[in-house]
Amino acid sequence: MKIFRFRGGIHPEGNKDPTACHPIARLPLPKRLYIPLQQHIGEPAAPEVKVGDHVLKGQRLARHQGSVSAPVHAPTSGTVIAIGDHMAPHPSGLPVQTITLEPDGEERWVETEPAVDPFSLTRAEVAARVRDAGIVGLGGAAFPAAVKLDAGNRHPIDTLIINGGECEPYLTCDDRLMREGAGYVVEGVRLIANGLGAKRTVIAIEDNKPEALEAMRVAAAAHPGISVLRVPSRYPMGSEKQLVTTVTGREIPAGKLSAEIGVSVHNVGTALAVCRAVRFGKPLVSRVVTVGGGAIRNPRNVVVPIGTPAADLVEFCGGFTVTPTRVLMGGPMMGQVLPGLEAPVVKGTSGIIALTAAEAHAASERACLHCGRCVDVCPVGLVPLELAARVRAGRIDDAAELGMGDCLSCGCCAYVCPAHLPLAHLFNYAKGEIAARREAQRKAEETRKLAEARRLRLAAEAAAKAARRPARTTEKAETES
Amino acid sequence: MTMILSVAVVAALGLGLGWLLGLASQWLGATTDPVVERLTEALPGSQCGQCGYPGCGQAAIALSKGEAPVTLCPPGGRVVAEKLAEILGTTFDPGNLPDRGPLLARVRTDYCIGCSRCIKSCPTDAILGATKQLHVVLEEACIGCGACAEVCPTGGIDLEGIPVTLRNWRWHKPGVGHA
Repeated sequence: MKIFRFRGGIHPEGNKDPTACHPIARLPLPKRLYIPLQQHIGEPAAPEVKVGDHVLKGQRLARHQGSVSAPVHAPTSGTVIAIGDHMAPHPSGLPVQTITLEPDGEERWVETEPAVDPFSLTRAEVAARVRDAGIVGLGGAAFPAAVKLDAGNRHPIDTLIINGGECEPYLTCDDRLMREGAGYVVEGVRLIANGLGAKRTVIAIEDNKPEALEAMRVAAAAHPGISVLRVPSRYPMGSEKQLVTTVTGREIPAGKLSAEIGVSVHNVGTALAVCRAVRFGKPLVSRVVTVGGGAIRNPRNVVVPIGTPAADLVEFCGGFTVTPTRVLMGGPMMGQVLPGLEAPVVKGTSGIIALTAAEAHAASERACLHCGRCVDVCPVGLVPLELAARVRAGRIDDAAELGMGDCLSCGCCAYVCPAHLPLAHLFNYAKGEIAARREAQRKAEETRKLAEARRLRLAAEAAAKAARRPARTTEKAETES
Repeated sequence: MTMILSVAVVAALGLGLGWLLGLASQWLGATTDPVVERLTEALPGSQCGQCGYPGCGQAAIALSKGEAPVTLCPPGGRVVAEKLAEILGTTFDPGNLPDRGPLLARVRTDYCIGCSRCIKSCPTDAILGATKQLHVVLEEACIGCGACAEVCPTGGIDLEGIPVTLRNWRWHKPGVGHA
């Protein structure tokens, strides 16, 4: 199968060996679970339980609201002891509405939907089961999976790509998942392909994971519609747009979805969750998390109930050898700084990475050399140095015109910058500012409409009053005469 | 000969069309100042009067004459000020602008007597309620202009900043404080 090349990209040090060589461990039940109601892109879930309720494992705690949303389920059986604010796993450290669960240790499952032959289900039934199981994209973006399956009804999908790229350094949760659960992953892949009506399915895996490649090849051998593709290890291979280009040679136009060019991309972890949900009726209540980085004593992959505080994971892996300079949720390239270890693991958490000072490469910034390395590595063909100069000068609109909105926040530019400019940070700020301006613009338009509606209403009222007045006087005159 | 003819034709065409254009500008020309029009478009258009002018139109005229600073519009904030400065071709110092961020009006339930004065004063019809009933502010429609707070006889309307949540949180600019 032909492989296409995307522009730019980098080859960061993988640092995957310390965690890739150990089998996935199971975390003992934590004392408390903190389950945020917003773990996905879209509307937060609405709680359905009260403080003091006893819930069973897999019972729905909060239902989805609106079209883009996902329900949340109890990761184990226990008692709801609080519904309120808790630190979100988000760089802002802001609180988020969270259900606190005290496990009873019995792990008693709620009665789940009976296991069925999943291939006897219709497309709509598959999508409904995926939605009810609360499955979101487990690669990190946490976009509700059922919405993506549904997009197949609006746009014909010819190619399904399963993302086993895992191009972020340190992360090996997908690697281990493919090695240990290839059969289930492939079944999930077939279910997604069925749900989308895709003609061909490609499981793309980077060549730095030979064991995973082999395991997936064996598991997929019996299914002629599925091919396992070895793709070169080059960051950001696991980014949706870059992977689509690598596999199909097609480029997703700026501002468009992959579905619009007939391609749908799902992560391998999502495929496994789909298999569990559709075949066994089990909702998404746990995930594999890579606990790694130089500051972790025994780095490894762990199956974790959703809502486990990061501190419990660190403790399970032997704690810190040195005080970490930075603790990240996700990989070191695109991961977010964890505001504190009390923040919980959520559906989109692929890793807890504690970096030492040497790994964090903190260096002071110098002036831009105009060397152009950032231009060479930008996978979407932007000119980061030009963008950065504009953003710094506060010329956000000019930056937007130069394509700021197409930036993936992959961090390749910041990685290669010899002057250590905080390029990724600048661009995150600029994109936030663009979003804020768009919001302000929307509000201004809304205000204009409301003010105009009020003016018309007042005019209509005045006219009605004026029309009534002479009528009343003539009436009076008539009765007098 | 041909050359002279073509030069003459082009010259005649130019003169003729130029004359037509001149006439058109006299008879069909824009009556309002295009700068004022663009300024009006950039302003929120809610006629809230916080700038001290009766409405956004008058504010735009004052701006075009240089009688008012581009930072005159409190609900518009920094974004509108930037746009106005761009239209007028001037610069402004964002440091001078008390950027308190957008505000929302909130009715204190225990102060509201249901007089409905705030409802009548609201430029965007963002307050709901009936006489002698508790009034409430529709957050989506409120522009935080404070007209309602001014007319409230019990002082029962507060203007509050919009709380920062995961949905509206943004990255701060590197090297400029922390959000």
